[in-house]
Amino acid sequence: MPQPVIAARQLTKTYGDFTAVAGIDFEVAPGESFGLLGPNGAGKSTTMRMVGAVSTRTSGELSILGLDPDDHGPDIRSQLGVVPQQDNLDQELRVRDNLLVYGRYFGLSRGVVAERADALLEFAQLADRAKAKVDDLSGGMKRRLTIARALINEPRILLLDEPTTGLDPQARHILWDRLFRLKEQGTTLVLTTHYMDEAEQLCDRLVVVDKGRIMAEGSPAALIREHSSREVLEVRFGSDRNAEAAGRIADIGDRLEVLPDRILVYSDDGESALETIAHRGLEPLTSLVRRSSLEDVFLRLTGRSLIE
Amino acid sequence: MTAAPASTADATAPLTRQRSSLYAGNTGAVIRRGLLATRSTNYLVVLSGFFEPVFYLLSLGVGFGALVGTVQTSTGTEVSYAAFIAPALLAVSAMNGAVYDSTWNVFFKLNFSKLYQGMLTTSLGPLDVALGEILLALLRGAMYAIGFMVIMQVFGLNLAWTALLAFPAVLLIAFGFASLGMAITSYMKTFQQIEWVTFIMLPMFLFSATFYPITVYPEPIQWMIQALPLWHGVELVRGLTTGALSGMMLVHVGYYLVMIAIGIVFTTNRLRVLFLK
Repeated sequence: MPQPVIAARQLTKTYGDFTAVAGIDFEVAPGESFGLLGPNGAGKSTTMRMVGAVSTRTSGELSILGLDPDDHGPDIRSQLGVVPQQDNLDQELRVRDNLLVYGRYFGLSRGVVAERADALLEFAQLADRAKAKVDDLSGGMKRRLTIARALINEPRILLLDEPTTGLDPQARHILWDRLFRLKEQGTTLVLTTHYMDEAEQLCDRLVVVDKGRIMAEGSPAALIREHSSREVLEVRFGSDRNAEAAGRIADIGDRLEVLPDRILVYSDDGESALETIAHRGLEPLTSLVRRSSLEDVFLRLTGRSLIE
Repeated sequence: MTAAPASTADATAPLTRQRSSLYAGNTGAVIRRGLLATRSTNYLVVLSGFFEPVFYLLSLGVGFGALVGTVQTSTGTEVSYAAFIAPALLAVSAMNGAVYDSTWNVFFKLNFSKLYQGMLTTSLGPLDVALGEILLALLRGAMYAIGFMVIMQVFGLNLAWTALLAFPAVLLIAFGFASLGMAITSYMKTFQQIEWVTFIMLPMFLFSATFYPITVYPEPIQWMIQALPLWHGVELVRGLTTGALSGMMLVHVGYYLVMIAIGIVFTTNRLRVLFLK
């Protein structure tokens, strides 16, 4: 592996008695697309803030682009692009001015910033909105503008905290497409998400985080292979019959997960598992065979769902 | 608080490190942003703050002043009542502009638009942001003050050539209030707390020897007034526009320099704690 652009060892952040990040280790290689997957409150955003050199660690080691953020905050920040969880676009400025002004914060010249702003508006599909007020943009457009803004200093690492939370499906797909292009161009992406589909689409490698700790690490496919079966059968018997039915099918498949509203049967062959259930005289109200996802990995590792 | 890796490589390193993490020498970018943003400002709101001291000058200075006649300044010079209160109102207009901007506007940018948070994810340091925003607030105070000085000139209330020096003086006053105002605002959590600033400013405006000489008060009250910033501004500007110069003016200037320094230090530190901890 080439010299990592981010290296964390026993990285810890506490606020008083509360431990937000409890000694995590990870490395990110240049050009890699790395994800932190976990539910709300897992410590993802805190980790991102430490990586972004806007939050000091309580203990452990952290190196960003070979520099210690405690000593070189501004040097590190000048080479990062940050897309925060909540848009903090400058509402008092128009769309293009947002890019120009932000670029100047990095000490870039007017000419350089103007040239990049036009290219980035094109990239963000906002060229026809250059003079619009930020408030008049849709949620998806604001996010794209935030990403364009984060690219104005040609960052070596782009940090995205929950990039598509709160967007409608269409806007999410447009955004994923843009991020995928960046990834193809070789930009190092670090993103947090609690959407498994997002992690599967965008991340080469990810860590599953829960309660400030890393539960597992690997590529999405490897994590699924390692911690789940190939397929999952979801059956619903109705909330009052679920528990009883679960007792009667406990031996089917590799493993059973009983949720309040449904039972998940982990098996490499979901269809045959469903047949077996039917043979035992049980008739589920609904049934669905699907491929295992990171959601299942998370459920397996923590006993809880990603989105609660 | 952080487990710093043991390194004794360079004894001078911590010093330069400290400076660079606070200041990127790019205050200009913050100011340019502020000027660009004023395009979307509602100027009616901006102007309302300017007219307040003007109305006081007209009603009290011109109207009420006809009954009063002349007043003695602190150096014993007799001046018309309008010429007595005009410099005080000039100081007040500089204060008003600076305080409006550094309280309401700064509070909004700090807590709602997340402007400073965004700025501090770039290579800007907290001192760049603090200084830039304070200078912008100063600018508003200066605009009010210039407008007011023009009115004073029209009414013939600038009595000496030293009135020209009132301009740098009001810049100093605006700088002081902007700096302290932003520092105080950076510690506030709710809009209600800003009302407290207004609550303190009104009596300070009315009682800081603005409308009559400070000698009307018993000694202990005089001391109290002299501890407050506006009195120093009023005395400084009044000395300059009426031509009644005294050594005390250096004390007034010193008071504001300290106020500016305190404000910048506290604002910078607070921004660092809020957004870089």
